Amino acid sequence: MSNKTVIIVHSGDMDKLYSALIIANGSLSMGMEASLYFTFWGLERLKKGGLEKGPLSKMNFLGLGKWMVKGRMKKANVAPLEKMMTDFKELGGKIIACEMTMEIMGIKQEQLRTEWIDEYGAVGTYVHEAKDAEITLFI
Amino acid sequence: MTTIEVDTRGETCPVPLVECRKALRKAAPGDEVIVTGTHPASKKEIPMACESMGLEIIGIDEESGEWKIRIKR
Repeated sequence: MSNKTVIIVHSGDMDKLYSALIIANGSLSMGMEASLYFTFWGLERLKKGGLEKGPLSKMNFLGLGKWMVKGRMKKANVAPLEKMMTDFKELGGKIIACEMTMEIMGIKQEQLRTEWIDEYGAVGTYVHEAKDAEITLFI
Repeated sequence: MTTIEVDTRGETCPVPLVECRKALRKAAPGDEVIVTGTHPASKKEIPMACESMGLEIIGIDEESGEWKIRIKR
């Protein structure tokens, strides 16, 4: 089945991680396959305790903006990233961690939430994953 | 045949769609999944998802902003 969404999660910003996970979970819910390729600042969010750590991509204001947006999100009953990740895995979503980034940033496997990660790979893994995908995004 | 009820009232995007998919995955062929919610976009999108997965919608009811979608697995 080539009915697939592949997203490169390059940014570790909280709002962008939301976008990536919402699109990925939406794809799985529409009956498609979905893979997330975590690289650079995105990979930081796969660290233990790192999922909710990202700043806002705009108007973060040293965390004040993020705090305000989080308050609004709570009011609008937006699910936390941890739930979105659990749902993503439950619906069969795949996570690939970029090995080159791990080397550059000195990230060891034991620092990551390895229970989420299906594969460690480089650019070839992404291209192989995306070449038959109908939707592929860089976030 | 069993009936699986999913309550997503008060939940927003993408929770109703995701919870619907989770229930459909757990359901056996022939089972009925009933999703209740209040998020307006999901009322359109859950039938869209069912159509792309080749599943039949038995009925959609709405009363004062609360909708109920019945799906045949």
